[in-house]
Formats: sequence, C-alpha cells, structure tokens
Amino acid sequence: MYQYDKYDQMMVDQRVAQFRDQTRRYLAGELTEDQFRPLRLANGLYIQIHAPMLRIAVPYGMMSSTQVRKIADIARRYDKGFVHFTTRTNFQMNWPKLEDVPEILAELATVQMHAIQTSGNDIRNTTTDQFAGINAEEIEDPRPWAEIIRQWSTFHPEFAYLPRKFKIAIIGSETDRAATKLHDIGLKLVKNHDGDVGFEVMVGGGLGRTPIIGEQIRPFLEKEDLLSYLEAILRVYNRLGRRDNKYKARIKITVREHGINHIRELVEAEWVQIREQLRLDEKEIDRVKAFFTEPDYDASAAQDKSFEQQLADDEQFAHWVRQNTFDHKVSGYRAAYVSLKKHGQPPGDITSEQLEIVADLADEFSLGEIRATHTQNLVLADVKQAELYALWQRLRDHDLATANVNTLTDIICCPGLDYCGLANATSIPLSKQITERFDDMDYLYDLGDIKIKFSGCMNGCAHQSVGHIGILGVDKKGEEWYQFTLGGSSEADASIGQRLGKAIPKDEVVDTVSHLIDAYVELRHEDESFLATVRRLGVDPFKERVYADH
Amino acid sequence: MQIIKDREIVEDNWQHLDDDAELVAGNVTVSLTRWQEQHEILEQHQGGLGLRLSGDDPLEEVVPDLARFSLIVLIFPQFTDGRCYSFARLLRDRYDFKGEIRAQGDVLQDQLFYMSQCGINSFELANPNRLTSALSAFDDFTESYQSTVLRPEPLYRRR
Repeated sequence: MYQYDKYDQMMVDQRVAQFRDQTRRYLAGELTEDQFRPLRLANGLYIQIHAPMLRIAVPYGMMSSTQVRKIADIARRYDKGFVHFTTRTNFQMNWPKLEDVPEILAELATVQMHAIQTSGNDIRNTTTDQFAGINAEEIEDPRPWAEIIRQWSTFHPEFAYLPRKFKIAIIGSETDRAATKLHDIGLKLVKNHDGDVGFEVMVGGGLGRTPIIGEQIRPFLEKEDLLSYLEAILRVYNRLGRRDNKYKARIKITVREHGINHIRELVEAEWVQIREQLRLDEKEIDRVKAFFTEPDYDASAAQDKSFEQQLADDEQFAHWVRQNTFDHKVSGYRAAYVSLKKHGQPPGDITSEQLEIVADLADEFSLGEIRATHTQNLVLADVKQAELYALWQRLRDHDLATANVNTLTDIICCPGLDYCGLANATSIPLSKQITERFDDMDYLYDLGDIKIKFSGCMNGCAHQSVGHIGILGVDKKGEEWYQFTLGGSSEADASIGQRLGKAIPKDEVVDTVSHLIDAYVELRHEDESFLATVRRLGVDPFKERVYADH
Repeated sequence: MQIIKDREIVEDNWQHLDDDAELVAGNVTVSLTRWQEQHEILEQHQGGLGLRLSGDDPLEEVVPDLARFSLIVLIFPQFTDGRCYSFARLLRDRYDFKGEIRAQGDVLQDQLFYMSQCGINSFELANPNRLTSALSAFDDFTESYQSTVLRPEPLYRRR
C-alpha cells in the first residue's frame, strides 16, 4: 500500500500543528463557535449528543496492521475501547474529549493516518472496491488512482469551502461495490475501442433527502487527464452550486437544475483551458502504481488439498467460506471478510481487542493489510486457501466470523439517535432486534442476497433509499416512526427504492421486516432474489401484506 | 486602517466608495454596478481605480476591462462562501491580472493560506486587531499537492 514520503508526512504534521493552534484559540475564546465549526469539521470533529465524534479517514479503505493496532490503542486510551466503521470506509469514535483531539491526530500522524476532510463542505475521502487489485474481473487496480485523487483533493486551496460536501468513488470493474452511481463523482475504469484504459465519468449522484442516480458526463477520459477533469467539474460546481439552501447545495441538484448537457458544456469548456497544465505524467503515475504492485504470491498455493477436505468435513466452515470469502484472481488464494455484523451487536462496531486480533491475523495470514468495506465490514484480501480454516477458527473465537455477508442480517446502519445529533430516530437497537429475529442461519441462506439499509434520519448515512429494503427513521410529534422503501440498489443496476406506504410505528418495525420476508418467500420464483421479485411485482403485494390487519 | 499586503502589515490607501458616494480624489474602488453605469466618468479618474466583485457577479463580463483596474476586491460575505477562491484563480491564471487582489468581508486568519495560494495577496481582516497573529497563517503549510497560483508546478512534477 501507499507509503508517505517526506512531503506527505510534512503536510499531515503541519495539519496537526495548525489544528492544535485552532483548538487552542477556540478554547481561549479567540475563535467563535461559528468560526471554529468548519475548521473542526475539516478535521473530522463533530459535536454530538454525548461528546465530540471524531471521524478518521481510511483512504480508499486500506489499512496496515500497524495502523490498526494504533487505532485500537487510541480507542482504548482516548475513548471507550471501540470504533464504528462507516459506509465510506472511515471509522468514528464517539467519546473523545475536544481538548484531546489534537493529540489523537498527532498520534495518528505517526502511522500515516489523519482525519483530514472527513467532514465539512470539502472533498471527502475517495472510496473504492474492497476487492481492488485482487479481483479477476477488474480492468485495472483503481487504488493508485484513488491515491492520486487523495493527494489532489487534500488541502485543495480552491475547493475548501464548497457549497456542500463532495464525495468521489472509483471502481475498476463492472461490478460496483462502491456505490459509484450515488456519488457526486463516480469513476469507472473502462477500455475504449482502441484498447486504451481510461475513465467513464458520472456526476450528480447522491443520497440524503433527494436521492438521485448519477449521470454520465463523459464516456471516456484519458487517464492522464483525470485531475484536470476533476478540477474542471469542481470549479464549475464551486461557482454554480447553490449556497442559499443547504438542502439544494449538492452537485446532484446543480445537475438537475441546469441539466446534464449544460453542465457538460461548462465542464468541457473549463477543462480545455486547464488540460495541458494539469496533465499527469507517466513518471508520477508509475511512482504511485509502484506502491500497489502484486505481492509475491505463492505459486504452489493452489496445490493444497487440505481446503477441499475441510470444506467437506466441516459444514460451518463451508457456510463461512461460501458467504464470507471471495474469489481471488490468483488461484489458491481467497479474500476473507471479517464480519462486523454479529447478531445482536451494532453493525460496524469493533472493539480494541478485536482490532488487535485482526491486525495479528492480517500479519499472519494476509500480508499485513486490512481493508474496510462500504458495507461496514473488514476484509483480509490475500489469504491462502490452506490457511482459511485456521483463520476462520481464530475469527470465530472473537465473534468476527458471523457467516452472514450479503444476507439480510448484514445490515448497513447509521449510529442513529443513540449517538448522532442529527438523528430523529433510533436505528442500532432496532437493527439488533432484526438480527435477533432472523438468527436462523439456514433460513438466511435460503433467503439469499437481501440488503437492508437503516438510517435514523433524512440525511441517509446508511443509504436506505438504495437498500433492497430501506428503513428511514422519522420524527412525528416526538415519536419515532419508520418509512420503508423497497427495490433500491447501489450497484451497477442502481435504483432508488419505492415507498411501501405510510410510516410504521417503532414497535412494528421488526414485524414489518418479517411480513416483507414472508411475502417474498411466497411470491418468489425458484432462485429469484428479493430484489428481482420486487422489481417483477412492484411494491403492491408487499404493501398488502404489511398493512393487512394482522 | 491597516491591512495585510504581500505578507506585511501596511496602511491602506484605498477608499471603497458606495454607489451613491461622491467620487473623490485618490485611490478608489467601486462596485460592478457603478463601473458599468459610470465607466466614462471613472475612466477619467486620476487616482488608482479598483473594482469590487462578489461571487454573484459575472466575472467573465469584466475581463475586457481588467487592464483599467489596479485592484480587484473580492467580497466574502461569509468565510464559508468559497466562490471567490475560483475568481482569484481565474483572475491570475486565465486572465493574467497582475494587480492587487484583495479579500474583504468575513476574512479570518484560518483561510489566509488557501486564499494566498489562489492568488489573493492583500487582506482586510474582519478583526483588524488580529493582523499580527494572522501573519503566521501563510506558513501553515510549506507545500501544496496542487498547482496553485504561488506554485504553478504541482508537487507531482517536483518530487
């Protein structure tokens, strides 16, 4: 993975010093709350219900075991001994003290980590596919490009005070595990007719209270032009994006109000002016790519015979391999999920002890690297098949092997009313109840791929509008109610879910999920997924089931 | 009044004229509206002439007149309104404006580094008592990844 040079390290260190001084001036009364807010947000620091919440960046989801041990250590010493992974592959701590934050950032900087631009109206952490670089389907590894974007977007002087937050995601394959069509800019590595690799560029996707699927602004962009094209889009948005209403300030609204054709004209006109000046050269592309070269895979890994035998002998292991591991492009290796979705636990949470175990397992089994996923799990990407059984046993010993990836209980969930100052309603306790209700693993496997996404307010941090089942908490006269949607998807076939009907009271949420699942089981054709069934029949048969008098 | 110009605290020698204020001798700035309505009179002005622009103004329409101005004032109604960062870059990079570009309005220490990298070289601070401490902000970072007005070659061509 990428390693800082003296420039990268200097910038992160200088950022710590800058924020230390800003915090000092705030605590001394020299900065008002309004003046300090955007500064702390640009360093990932929210003020929440219980305490500040600090969101720390994991650029494109990649972490070393050294970094993960540092995270564990910081969570233990400055917080309550656990962290929460988010849908944008960052993680959050919920109880740091404001005056400790500069010191936390200084400690993170010692392992090449930071909280830069994890909040605020700036360019956020660029995300990608958790299987980048090991995925046989991939045209090219997107991570070097994500790193090039990270550097370009870090402290970009022109784009530190955008109309609203700005999120970029990049993938290297047709399969979309990074929800690129729901980002302000979505990039996909593609090949043109001449066989050259470049980017398809999508713009104007987004979730929140107005979910919109991004539109193509350019079918093929030469790789060398990546930064000039991004800069052109950002400049057009910085000038044109609405600043009168924060709910209409995202680029998705700019694109909708002006139309994709007009936005394209503006962007292309801007782009031709800066294209030459910002063209990436081979030297820099090669410099960054050198950090993501293939490791020395063991050519004999596929000759192992023990794996087949273990699969045959141990049904639990076989379930885990089927659900929680992924084909590696190198024969004899697999990628393994570290599930953060144990039934009855808050989705995405992991304790310091578990983090240290994961770091050890990464060193032992997976080249010392750990990846965070959009679905709030972790991945060890390079495990020999002969070692999967040992890895599985160790994960299981620490509650990290729940074999439910991509099943109904692999719920994406925001922190909700229990932690978040924005939320209208509880999300984590209800998502725990759903996982307790659907605790029969055989039944879960029979139900297949079902994505529940559960947000505690309209901001939609859990992306409920693109859940196969989306659940949105709303406040009605001080009571918590829940709006269900069906049929959304964040993948290559992206779609916005349709409303099921009127909101559901809190004590009927888990039953409602049961009714939806019962209806699906009755209505599905053989091997038909939940999403395909909803798309074939629409929401009406589900609606009848849920709102019938039970 | 004192301002920061080219990283030094200096006495300001400009007057910002309201649209209905009488034209006076010396260095004056006017709004875009006044420039458009009275440009024939203003062309004759003996002192320095400056133009005040806000993010709402159509920058491109002003470009043919830029040579007439020795100062462009960019107005930041709130420090979180980032439109004029793009104005400053375009004035320097694309329209080759060599005169003074000044930030006015809600101008605070913590934005000076970014503003200066975008080509703004003078600053009327919202709180004039903070001029001395604000000077350190220009050195918050000693490098930038990007191509900026102060460092046109991006870091990737220099490392």
